[in-house]
Amino acid sequence: MTPLVLTRFTAVNALGRGNAAVLEALTAARSGLRPCTFEKVRLETWVGEVAGLDELRVCERLAEFDCRNNRLAELTLEQDGFAAGIALARKKYGPRRIAVILGTSTSGILETEHAYRQRDPQTGALPASYRFATTHNLYASTDFVRRYLELEGPAVMISTACSSSAKVFASAWRLIEQGLCDAVVVGGVDSLCQNTLYGFASLDLVGREPCRPCDAQRGGISIGEAAGFALLERPEQAASHSGVALLGYGESSDAYHMSTPHPEGAGAALAMQRALVCAALAPQTIDYINMHGTASQVNDSMEDKAISTVFGTHTACSSTKGWTGHALGAAGITEAVISALCIQNGLRPGCLNTHAIDPSFTSQVLLTNQSGVVQRVLSNSFGFGGSNCSLIFGAHP
Amino acid sequence: MIELWIEGVGIFAPGLIGWEQAAAVLAGQQPYAPAAPPKLVPALLPADVRRRTTDHIRLAVEVAGEAVRHAQADAAALWSVFATSESDGAISHNICEEVAKAVPEVSPTRFHNSVTNAPAGYWCMAVQSQAPSTSLSGFDASFGTGLIEAGVQVGAERCSVLLVAHDAPFPEPLHSVRPMSALFGAALVLTPARSARSLARLLVNIEPTLHALSRMADADLDGLRTGNPAARVLPLLAALARREPTDLFLPYVHSQALRVNVQPA
Repeated sequence: MTPLVLTRFTAVNALGRGNAAVLEALTAARSGLRPCTFEKVRLETWVGEVAGLDELRVCERLAEFDCRNNRLAELTLEQDGFAAGIALARKKYGPRRIAVILGTSTSGILETEHAYRQRDPQTGALPASYRFATTHNLYASTDFVRRYLELEGPAVMISTACSSSAKVFASAWRLIEQGLCDAVVVGGVDSLCQNTLYGFASLDLVGREPCRPCDAQRGGISIGEAAGFALLERPEQAASHSGVALLGYGESSDAYHMSTPHPEGAGAALAMQRALVCAALAPQTIDYINMHGTASQVNDSMEDKAISTVFGTHTACSSTKGWTGHALGAAGITEAVISALCIQNGLRPGCLNTHAIDPSFTSQVLLTNQSGVVQRVLSNSFGFGGSNCSLIFGAHP
Repeated sequence: MIELWIEGVGIFAPGLIGWEQAAAVLAGQQPYAPAAPPKLVPALLPADVRRRTTDHIRLAVEVAGEAVRHAQADAAALWSVFATSESDGAISHNICEEVAKAVPEVSPTRFHNSVTNAPAGYWCMAVQSQAPSTSLSGFDASFGTGLIEAGVQVGAERCSVLLVAHDAPFPEPLHSVRPMSALFGAALVLTPARSARSLARLLVNIEPTLHALSRMADADLDGLRTGNPAARVLPLLAALARREPTDLFLPYVHSQALRVNVQPA
């Protein structure tokens, strides 16, 4: 495929606000995970919470969209000059030629959780202050972001569980390739809620300690919240850019089980192979693989097998979820931004919190950070329902 | 502009059970007689799997299966796009009710069925497809956003795509804040080139100016169209049923419209 450059990008997650905070925490090997004190959740687990969201409100002109998910979106749009950069792109292309494609798993369902605790005892009705379309609905955060950025191009919310905001890159490339727009704001936003905390706990997938991806003693995932955005353009149309480009994508379905990946990682391997074919790259040209690496028993095991199948046993790989937690529908964009930071800064992160790699693993899992030239990174995102997406990012002059 | 060919249709809604019957109604050859639809029992889901699914999932799999049979397509080879405004409203209600309790007990099956791509997951398992699948939402314009995603997949990837639009009413109290009049599911098999099985060609454009949306002539059918986001596809299905060249305007995001030219094959 013809590459698209990431003109600019940004992220907010448990590591902090903006690219510098994320990079600093990665470099310093400082985790953003803390014991869960979110609302009144009675679970012994750790989470990657974004500090300060309770105190924020979305901007006055979009007040009807106020909810945790959209607060996180707005906070992120204001990092690294992202919104200001989009204003420049809007002048260049016109608002109708810039699309917004985001990913989420639960949107603003936290508002509905709050409303269900305030139902009328007689009628069961929700409180009058509850707003549905601008918070709970899946499309709400795409609508909020495109209004905030004053864009009028194609817009959609992709919701394929934990691959949501990886698949946005594939959809963006297709929209530009087919001439429906000139540039795309891609991204994702997912915020903590009781649906996911109790839901993952019901499946025995939530760890009691900070998650330890690829560890022999890994005990499950740490749920996180995050948002991230990137502006994608054709290289020849971007006056300046981040030096990182999307080189390929690969999507696949497991067709195996709703909440358990294929044990040999067949669907995951297929997504990685398709990404390599799409980018016209050989496996040995990839310098680092940012794993999905949730620290669940089955995910990490199947992902190790899939990576070994496609890449052999020498390509460096790790999961950064020990830093951020698993941001679910925002995991794809969070790790896309981390991949871009790795390319810009010559960083290959280790698996934070991980003490001893699972002895059954055959891939080259890193335990500690390494520095050196990183030209190309493959980033994996796999979701419930067997939805897989692999992205390849590379240095672009 | 996006060019697509339609090879198969599936539909399930009150008074519109399967394409053969629905086409007769939509072409005006039979009166529209809405009635509570029969129980959904998609043949593609084995009984033990079906028991673990919800009506929302069964609705999507039912119409997807019909469209693929109609097109005589290789189900496993099709890419898929599942468009829904609200995902599974009954599950959202149940889990929100549960987590409002002092000691929540969320059902693990219900939780994994709560992901927006659950219907897609069951579909891919049913037909053993490892092809890419995307689930998405555009609120009332969900069908329009699905048609654009499916359209650029057909155009850019030169693949055939199964497009499914599906939504079902919420239980109370969410029904009061996001009312839907009835459940509605429809599916189309879309291909990049004309074949002997092509039913019609579609030319899809995002209309730059405000335009009145296409409606259904029959008041009850138009009530169905406006009563469920997935049913915004009805004017397109009516054009297919009538087999007449037609220019349609279907809802797209931020009050824009998709201009869809339908040319019978």
